[in-house]
Amino acid sequence: MAELHDIDVLFKALADPTRRKLLDLLHAHDGRTLSDLCEHLDMTRQGVTQHLNLLEMANLVASVRRGREKLHFLNPVPLQEIYERWIAKFEKPRLKALGDLKRRLERTNG
Amino acid sequence: MARSTFVYVAYIRTTPEKLWSALTDDVEFMKQYWFGVHCESEWKAGSSWKMVHPDGSITDAGEIVEADPTKRLVIRWRHEKKPDLKAEGDSPCTIEIERSGTAVKLSITHTIEREPSQLITAVSGGWPKIVSNLKSLLETGAAVLRDPYSTN
Repeated sequence: MAELHDIDVLFKALADPTRRKLLDLLHAHDGRTLSDLCEHLDMTRQGVTQHLNLLEMANLVASVRRGREKLHFLNPVPLQEIYERWIAKFEKPRLKALGDLKRRLERTNG
Repeated sequence: MARSTFVYVAYIRTTPEKLWSALTDDVEFMKQYWFGVHCESEWKAGSSWKMVHPDGSITDAGEIVEADPTKRLVIRWRHEKKPDLKAEGDSPCTIEIERSGTAVKLSITHTIEREPSQLITAVSGGWPKIVSNLKSLLETGAAVLRDPYSTN
């Protein structure tokens, strides 16, 4: 059940345009402070903090303290897990189908 | 000078001891989640470190800067194969392990004092797959990905 909980939090974190924008902002430039991120969003500081907290809970954002600053980094590991769980396995049958088609066509030609 | 940093975090349901071993001296285990690659070192401060591929080639090497077993490991990392990546110089890689509830938090921070960095871009393609595989192997006994460094 614990695994299920992790994935629920992850998809919930992704199911919001502001949080996806925050991930895009970090992807464009990693290691940003809260103030830096606020400049790109039309939202209160508290609002951005809440979104960042949810992203941290989902492990999509990792924060690192550097002196007085708290820097936010995009953590791609959970996205890799989504890829493996929800994308790779659905791709495999298609790749197999393509392989089968190639073999069949080549046999017909020969 | 600008700095490039990448941070990878995974919460793994294991013990700090098992995770430390998986990242250091358990060579056969490492090969299972690192696509056949293993790292050779004595895992003590000052000892040399190198990354060995299945064909015996060494792409990255350096030395252990800090080693606090089950807690923290700092590697002075340098690419050795591609000239333009090698020219970028040293890139410290810090691995931190801490208990977090019933799991263990693994944080890997790779830094280089330049931006952009081709080395950081190169490792950023690998780390998520390696960490994800390591988590899966420790938690379920099976690695998810088997294809070595597929580009897609």
